[in-house]
Amino acid sequence: MENIVFQGCVGLSLAMYLWLISAGLTIIFGVLRIVNFAHGSLFMVGAYLAYTFYGQIALPFWLAILLSVAGTGVLGLIMERGFLKRIYGVDEAYQLLLTFGFILILDDAVKMIWGGVFKIPPMPEFLDGAWMIVGRPFPIYNVFVIAVGVLVAIVLWFVFEKTWWGRIVRATAADREMASAIGVRVPRVFSGVFVAGAMLAGLGGAIGTPVRVAAPGIGTAMIIQAFIITVIGGLGNLKGAFVSSLIVGVLSAYGTLFFPVFELFFIFIIMVVVLLVRPQGLFAR
Amino acid sequence: MTTPRASAATVIALVAIVAALFVLPWIAGRYPIYLVMHILILAVFSLGFNLLFGYTGLLSFGQAGFFAVGAYGCAKILLVVPNLVLGIAGGVALAGIAALLLGALSVRHTRIYFSMLTLAFGMVIYSIAWKWRDFTGGDDGLVGIPRAALEIPGLLSISVSAIERYYYVVVVIALVAIFVMHRLVHSPLGLALQAIRDSETRAAFAGLAVRKYRLVAFTIAGVYAGLAGALLPPLENTVTPPIAHWTTSAEPVLATLLGGIHSFAGPIVGSVLFFVIKDVIVRFTEYWLIWFGVIVVALVMGFPEGVMSVFTRRRRSARRQPAGTASQST
Repeated sequence: MENIVFQGCVGLSLAMYLWLISAGLTIIFGVLRIVNFAHGSLFMVGAYLAYTFYGQIALPFWLAILLSVAGTGVLGLIMERGFLKRIYGVDEAYQLLLTFGFILILDDAVKMIWGGVFKIPPMPEFLDGAWMIVGRPFPIYNVFVIAVGVLVAIVLWFVFEKTWWGRIVRATAADREMASAIGVRVPRVFSGVFVAGAMLAGLGGAIGTPVRVAAPGIGTAMIIQAFIITVIGGLGNLKGAFVSSLIVGVLSAYGTLFFPVFELFFIFIIMVVVLLVRPQGLFAR
Repeated sequence: MTTPRASAATVIALVAIVAALFVLPWIAGRYPIYLVMHILILAVFSLGFNLLFGYTGLLSFGQAGFFAVGAYGCAKILLVVPNLVLGIAGGVALAGIAALLLGALSVRHTRIYFSMLTLAFGMVIYSIAWKWRDFTGGDDGLVGIPRAALEIPGLLSISVSAIERYYYVVVVIALVAIFVMHRLVHSPLGLALQAIRDSETRAAFAGLAVRKYRLVAFTIAGVYAGLAGALLPPLENTVTPPIAHWTTSAEPVLATLLGGIHSFAGPIVGSVLFFVIKDVIVRFTEYWLIWFGVIVVALVMGFPEGVMSVFTRRRRSARRQPAGTASQST
């Protein structure tokens, strides 16, 4: 019983990284209709930037996170404004290929800058230590990660549902031509959404470094996880992405506990079943 | 669409290329031979992929799964019965069965959902290769796979343990596979697949069983992936799980898009470019992927229809002038 509760909490913190990366992927797909293969690489860049700003330059933790997120956002802006924007007209397969080109570039660029080995910055002191949950030490850092994830969920919900900006974005997602006809500057919305998505990936990577390390391969590993989640939740469905992050996070925590050999297998089987039975996602209206 | 009848120049070029392939072991060292085998394996892999993508309009991101079924199947058979004919045939058959079964489920979707579904199936196969230690050797993979003799009891028995000999096996099989695919895409089947790609509704109205045709294309693509995979273990003497990973699925995608999806030779030219680019860059820097990425980005931005489009476009406009017929745009 204690195992189940404790492992559930572990799964919850795991779910939050998955949520941060798939939230970005989801809003980008929802509005731009682009599957950004390089989204995992943005997560990786966020992780390395956090390592540099916090672990090497030793800036205050909050500032380091903020700068990493901003840096990933700038990278996203370059990707969208410089490249993706120019090929919105062509077949979607070429957009996939372009973002795949970004993966190759970013993966190697990271190795050139930071070297091929993994990096871990020290744990920030005020988040070090553990709380007791069902008689076992649960790292405070995990609690912090859960808090950040929930906060991001609330902010996103508020922005999309309650603000003028959110309405503009939702209008663009629903019908970009109509939105453009009533005066929405669609290219700006696209850039804004892409940058916001990139920043979410960067945030996930940045807050992950002290516990999950920054390594060259985490981009391609994370993008697959993010795909699973966005598919289960429904492509472009933000609420679905949140719920399925929780499901996948908690399930893989239990998976490693009860049947470690088949954890990966089961998660992909879930993805297959959802795609076959309910391709619009489990949480579509 | 290009006509199957080839011009004299094309025929001469093809004969020259085939002749060059056959004399290569006499004039070149081991490394070029090794490189050409990898190019041919990728070409077969990519041709199958492009039947699905370029001709049928379905972008699969799970072809590595069938590649791996072919490779592991061949390797397992060779470890038990050292007979190359059996190994390759068995690997291909297993990949074909896997493609038929998973294809029946996959073709229920198109576009992005199809891509996601195939990605998931590919990763299911990857996780089996990685975790089913007793059968697949887990992350160590299978090692010590013999480059067994080509044997048909009572008919022939040829040793191919020398890499130069195995090279001829790969060349002959790849050329046959390319020829068969050329016939396939110019057969009524190929035309039906292109009709489905261009308009599913119209094809259905014309009486085509759309899903059945897609399944046929999927199965053939899987067989080609399996064939490419089955050629690999005798060459490398080992198989490891990364060949089933989705990043392997991206290789035929890259090669095909480099060469061009709307020409038959696109995937083949793309496979050559893939390895030549890689080989050239590796000489200058260990970070070859970054330059490959730059080339991919540049190609997508500059020639979104692939390298071969330069040739097809020129040929098409040349043909249009005298005949005055507008060729169908692709």
